[in-house]
Amino acid sequence: MAVVSSESVPVANETDVVTVRRRVREVAGTLGLSLVDQTKVVTAASELARNTLLHGGGGTMELTTLNGPRLGIRLTFEDKGPGIPDIQLALRDGFTTGSGLGLGLGGAKRLVNEFEVVSRVGEGTKVTIVRWK
Amino acid sequence: MEKIPILRMGEFLLATIQVDMHDRLALALQDDLTTRISETGARGVLIDISSLEIVDSFIGRMLGNIAAMSRVLDAQTVVVGMRPAVAITLVELGMSLTGVKTALNVDAGMELLHSAVDGEREFYGSRI
Amino acid sequence: MATMINQKTSVLGSLIAQNKDQILREWIAEMNDSARRGDLIKEVELRSQCARFLDLLAQGTAGAGTNVQSGAYDPMREMLGEISQSRAQQGFSAKETATFVFSIKRSLFTVIRDAFEKDPKTMAVEIWNATELLDGLGLYTTEVYLKAREERIRRQQEEMLELSTPVVKLWDGILALPLIGTLDSARTQIVMESLLESIVQTNSKVAIIDITGVPTVDTVVAQHLLKTVTAARLMGADCIISGVRPQIAQTIVHLGINLLDVTTKATLSDAFGLALQRSGFALVKPQKKEKQDQ
Repeated sequence: MAVVSSESVPVANETDVVTVRRRVREVAGTLGLSLVDQTKVVTAASELARNTLLHGGGGTMELTTLNGPRLGIRLTFEDKGPGIPDIQLALRDGFTTGSGLGLGLGGAKRLVNEFEVVSRVGEGTKVTIVRWK
Repeated sequence: MEKIPILRMGEFLLATIQVDMHDRLALALQDDLTTRISETGARGVLIDISSLEIVDSFIGRMLGNIAAMSRVLDAQTVVVGMRPAVAITLVELGMSLTGVKTALNVDAGMELLHSAVDGEREFYGSRI
Repeated sequence: MATMINQKTSVLGSLIAQNKDQILREWIAEMNDSARRGDLIKEVELRSQCARFLDLLAQGTAGAGTNVQSGAYDPMREMLGEISQSRAQQGFSAKETATFVFSIKRSLFTVIRDAFEKDPKTMAVEIWNATELLDGLGLYTTEVYLKAREERIRRQQEEMLELSTPVVKLWDGILALPLIGTLDSARTQIVMESLLESIVQTNSKVAIIDITGVPTVDTVVAQHLLKTVTAARLMGADCIISGVRPQIAQTIVHLGINLLDVTTKATLSDAFGLALQRSGFALVKPQKKEKQDQ
């Protein structure tokens, strides 16, 4: 896939989470994603940014615009935190449980087209999501 | 730090959220509302989120908390004006906000609050 | 060796520039032979496209040899992209679209052959360069064409999905959404969007989702229905599900599907009656006035 542009956004405090939302919304809007799709990817970004901050001890978000095969936006959240011991468990919050005590990964996954999480206990976590136009 | 203003409308309180809140602001709103309910004895709270383009799980939980805490203080909470894109996203996230009453807009929300409160009044009033 | 080739392909560029008219003439003649689709494109338009192609080709080879991905070929790729997309929309086939580029080969080779009659080595090199160049451009044209077609099909599918989920206003504040066909996740997204937009536009508090036309209701379909109902509720509108046949009721209980507290009715009319009631309406039959005799 062809990368059009890339930028790095720090995720170190809660103001950064707001910045993440703003920046992702701007880019998604420029790419011409539908309103619902924009809302979904910004919300997913918000969830993952907060995870990076609260569970990962802070980190960065890499925002990339893609053009090939379609227009799209790719976000990578990376931290050097404690890592996720059981990824399958973290992904497994069902539709009816909205208690929000978990990492919300399952929810974020449903909001995007592509989702990948790589994590090693004691080393850190990297979550990559893609929303196509 | 800016705060979300809370207006008093008779025996109800109205909070209109117009900014993209960071977490601390959201928690402050929770505190402020519960404090105001206690102070004023308000019977109902209307939270207008028609300006919000994004409601993530944190804000969703905040709304649920406000509803639960208000109920303990004997007040009803109605959240109004959720945008379609937001509703679709929340549902996909897995949040159904079951403890929260909702209405299409402020007018409908007021109506709902009135009937909820008056209904209660009727019921309890008749037993005194 | 590489520099030599580049020098030589700027030779190609000047060859094209010098023999533009001849190449243009023979190229169009060649295209006429291989089904030019005069029904879809006018001669005048085609001629100007070809002329522009040749100019950009000369420009490109002068700048970057046969490397069609490089910056010197940007205007060429842009033009081919436009032509390809419009051909896709106009109804040309993939082959017909690529023929635009490939049919220039014969006339170009003729020019090269004539220019290097006495120099077979150079002739071979230039013919290879020309082949590489045109193949690259032809393939690019096909790629763009395919992308455009896929995009068009995708959009048509979306439109069809939208058309098959109409939302009807039954009364002030009461909407009906008759679902016909299976309810998969793609359809559910469209359904939710239509329904919620209608709720906002009509200020409706009740939405009746009629599933008479939904052939099977299993756990998956039930989940999709629940999603729709929940989304409407988050906005402040209640849903009533109608068209629940006895078999569906059995399936729901049998599968242990929890419909929360969503009211379900067997028929749309029952659901409508309930919706009116909930909205505070009462249907009154006007009393027949007794004719009073004088």
